[in-house]
Amino acid sequence: MIRLDEIALRYPGRDPNRGAVLQRISADIPSGGFRWVLGASGAGKSSLLRLLSLSLKPTSGQLEVLGVSVNRARRAALARLRRRTGTVFQDLRLLGELSVFDNVALRLRLDGLPEDRIELEVTEMLRFVGLGRKLDVRPHSLSGGEQQRVAVARAVVHRPPLLLADEPTGALDEKQAIRLISLFEELNQMGSTVLVATHNEALVRRFGHPALVLERGRLVSHG
Amino acid sequence: MARASVTRLTGRPLLSRRQDGLALRRAMPDRLLPALVAAMTFLAALALAGAVGASLLAQRWNNGAAAIMTIQVPDADAPAATGAGKRGDAVLAVLSHDPAFAAAIPVDRARLAALLAPWLGGAGGSGTGAPALSLPGVIQARLRPGVDPPADLAARLESAAPGTLAERNQPWTARLVALTRSLQACAALALLVVTGVAVAVVAAATRAGLAARRHSIEIVHGLGAGDGYIAGRFARRTTVLALSGGIIGTILSVPLLLLLCRLGAPFASGAALPPTLPDGDLAAYLSDALARVPLPLWIALPLLPPVSASIGWLTAQFTVRAWLRRLP
Repeated sequence: MIRLDEIALRYPGRDPNRGAVLQRISADIPSGGFRWVLGASGAGKSSLLRLLSLSLKPTSGQLEVLGVSVNRARRAALARLRRRTGTVFQDLRLLGELSVFDNVALRLRLDGLPEDRIELEVTEMLRFVGLGRKLDVRPHSLSGGEQQRVAVARAVVHRPPLLLADEPTGALDEKQAIRLISLFEELNQMGSTVLVATHNEALVRRFGHPALVLERGRLVSHG
Repeated sequence: MARASVTRLTGRPLLSRRQDGLALRRAMPDRLLPALVAAMTFLAALALAGAVGASLLAQRWNNGAAAIMTIQVPDADAPAATGAGKRGDAVLAVLSHDPAFAAAIPVDRARLAALLAPWLGGAGGSGTGAPALSLPGVIQARLRPGVDPPADLAARLESAAPGTLAERNQPWTARLVALTRSLQACAALALLVVTGVAVAVVAAATRAGLAARRHSIEIVHGLGAGDGYIAGRFARRTTVLALSGGIIGTILSVPLLLLLCRLGAPFASGAALPPTLPDGDLAAYLSDALARVPLPLWIALPLLPPVSASIGWLTAQFTVRAWLRRLP
């Protein structure tokens, strides 16, 4: 369960006259739900996902993610919560010093999985996203679409209870985008809660699912 | 799944891929920090040697010189007032029968004359055959440990040989001991300062590493790495670097410490300074120098590298955890 109660977000140092990035957002997203996060550029989609991925703290309001009250949780509990969340960031956030394999494996190493199981899981996942031949390549030598697939593989390799994806199909062609969202749906059917921010209206129409619609930092439609 | 089949699946060995993404080998290079820690350890070894040396000196003076009394007997060879034997023998008998003294030994005339020769020249009798000045007989009496001289000693000596003077060395040794104690305090202060500088150096290196890897740390933190995981990676790196610096600094300090211990041996043990490098026999020289290193220093020196490593570990842990507080 994700619960947002009167959530507001204002970036530090931001001109107060220009208003908050997110304002009084309240919503409940049940466990196992699939939600699109829609809105124009600057509507607050990325900020909302960054809040849910615990990259930011709300300026005010109560936030509950996977049953954990983010406002009151200790740092160790927040770290555990992050490990239960898979996130595809808009800027991908791949580690340039690591190979494609290690970027994805790091996610499982943080969970303390044995290396032989990590080998299997990561290799299988990278083959699924079409990067089975690029395990030892550094991310910077990949195309934008390939880098995006590495980020997706890292987000889903541990089958997280919560998956957050910020424009995950931005650098993918239509076929790859459909394949990716199908993967997200598979995870969703296995019980993961999925939130996907996108501009791709064709995908939203094709796959259905309810949407959170943001406009200038406010939630204007939910469901 | 068997390990062999996994290796076959990917065609590469398993252990080649253990990476944490922080790339601390590049962020915290293995030259500057070990060199600085080595310098700190070198200084710490010297300060430690100073503290140990001062402690031994204070101990020796306290237990040795302070327990000795010098008794001067004028006309020691003249007949005693009691009529039996010489005045010197009468005083020696008083001291020998007093349970407060462990020993009483007359100082040899020739040695006394030799000791006084720099001040009295031939007048002491060493060069002319007949003494120009009448030297008193001198007796060195050693008090039993922790025992003060009897209160009536002066009266008894006076009665055995009028004009006898008994002087205890304790007052000036007390001043020397106080001096060595202050030297110890200086050495301890120097150790404290060196430790503080070492902490500052490690903290600065860690902060430089944090600044260099900020982006990666934020990513790894965002993936769910706890403060302990990230701080542990930094602490492991600084521990290795500080340990290597500690080992280098300790090794570099040994030759200088051997030289200092050898030079300080006469003060610490009363032993005469052995000849300098005897006929090129380096092995004998080294063996002699090694034997003169005090046991407390032998015990303390090997502790310097692990202490350096511990300072590295603790400082890195504290610095990184404090820095991570700025992340959500």
